[in-house]
Amino acid sequence: MDPETLRFAKTHEWVSVTGDVATVGITDFAVRLLTDIVYLSLPKVGKVYRPGQAMGEVESVKAVSDIYAPVAGEVLEVNGGLPDQLQLLSESPFERAWIVKLRMSDAGDLQQLLSRAQYLQHCGE
Amino acid sequence: MAYLFDTPEQRQRMLAAIGAASVDELFQQIPVSLQLGRELALPGAVSELELEQDLQRRLGQAGGGGVCFLGGGVYDHYIPAVVDELTSRGEFYTAYTPYQAEASQGTLQAFYEYQTLISQLSGMEVSNASLYEGGTAVSEAVFMAMRVNGRDGRVVVAGSLHPEYRQVLRTYFSRLGTEIVEVPAVDGVVSVESCRAALTAETTAVVLQQPNFFGCLEDIGGLTAAAHAAGALAILAFDPISPGLLKRPGDYGVDIAVAEGQPLGTPLQFGGPLLGVFTCRSEYVRKMPGRLIGRTVDRRGRECFVLNLQAREQHIRRDKATSNICTNQGLLALRATVFLSVVGPRGLRQMAELSHAKARYAAERLTSLPGVVLKFERAFFREFVLETPRPATEVLRLLSDRGFNVGPELSRFGGSLGAGLERCFLVALTEKRTRAEIDALVSALGDVLGS
Repeated sequence: MDPETLRFAKTHEWVSVTGDVATVGITDFAVRLLTDIVYLSLPKVGKVYRPGQAMGEVESVKAVSDIYAPVAGEVLEVNGGLPDQLQLLSESPFERAWIVKLRMSDAGDLQQLLSRAQYLQHCGE
Repeated sequence: MAYLFDTPEQRQRMLAAIGAASVDELFQQIPVSLQLGRELALPGAVSELELEQDLQRRLGQAGGGGVCFLGGGVYDHYIPAVVDELTSRGEFYTAYTPYQAEASQGTLQAFYEYQTLISQLSGMEVSNASLYEGGTAVSEAVFMAMRVNGRDGRVVVAGSLHPEYRQVLRTYFSRLGTEIVEVPAVDGVVSVESCRAALTAETTAVVLQQPNFFGCLEDIGGLTAAAHAAGALAILAFDPISPGLLKRPGDYGVDIAVAEGQPLGTPLQFGGPLLGVFTCRSEYVRKMPGRLIGRTVDRRGRECFVLNLQAREQHIRRDKATSNICTNQGLLALRATVFLSVVGPRGLRQMAELSHAKARYAAERLTSLPGVVLKFERAFFREFVLETPRPATEVLRLLSDRGFNVGPELSRFGGSLGAGLERCFLVALTEKRTRAEIDALVSALGDVLGS
């Protein structure tokens, strides 16, 4: 997946949209800052989130960080194999390390997200 | 304890080393006229506990001011002298967990051993390095259950749970929206049906105690199954001496087991300090409060100990930490470690069996007095509720005047234990109580009630 085509949240989640389904992961920048990731917890399928609500946790040797819902929606699917293959988060952050698929309840939420260029500028600040 | 003792085998070895066939032969060179010609008139060997009791009797301080039959959460169990000896060493006694915890490998190893012993004792997969005491451990367990299943609408609490634990829980939750629903104990226990009726789809956990506050045994298996059927976690406050005789919390399949750890090597001292034992299933370890010590190897392959899962704690995770507790009850956890390693599984079993047998004997003898009955006709472990014809506060005061500390009276806890308990009080027995002490209590109570 080309990161240039994705939308980004300031809280370091990326979103890829197909129809009303948003695929969500965490960015290469976030993974690099977290350093060694040791644990990932996923949300339950069927759970409904508002934008900015914590869906799961990613734990590194340094910190535990929440993974926030970038858009409102219901969890359709989770990447169940990911917690056992955490290296994918650094090897393939925008592809194989997707975390959750949400059925968006309001496509307008996407307007609040950043482009790749805007996100990188945000990270630089 | 600098006792020097020898076995017949050791004596033979020593004799062989100096070339004598027997002790008599060794002493042959002493003129017969100077030899005693008989055994020294010394009493036979006694156990450490018997020696301690004998000395106390001679000093006129039976149990430090009265014979202790006190129950209700802390108990007068035997503490081997080695517990004080080891834990009062300077390396342990004054040491607070250093901010770079790994600099203190001895402390970490001690708590790693504590965790191992507590896991074995409870039958649970994981133990933390301890919390402050039983009541806050219960509250922390409920918060943990909320993190595990994401439910925060209701907590179902057995009315037979220690009333002070319930009070602590209410204090913790006083500014939160979670509803605390108590299931009243009927005839000393909580029924599975009434527990089931209190469970909702938003109930995070059921909090139980075994043996319960009245000393009675609950159907923990049935209550746990009811909690699980409703998607709630089962939290059990257990008595840490009870696994010597009863099932371990892990055997009931509970999710979180906590305990007041005082009976494990800490004396009674005006209500504190105490020790919070906290254990859970390993799948919930990341939701567990408190410190967790792990064993690993350093870069040269040498065994060493580290603080695990620190990223969950408040110095890193701030307001999202698993708990505001970032330390442990070091000294008392150490006492429990020494206590459990000295007593061992057989010793624990002996303590539990003796406590139970003495409790049964005491119950039988006490209820032979006119008008004295067991409030609840149920199986108990080492503690039971006694009812007499007079108000409990009055009876206990008169017993105290006669040198017997008994109780507490159930009326002390207001209405939280149910109505009609003004003439009821707890009586607890441990392996330390002698038949003579129990018989003396029976005649003192007879005296009090007859007067």
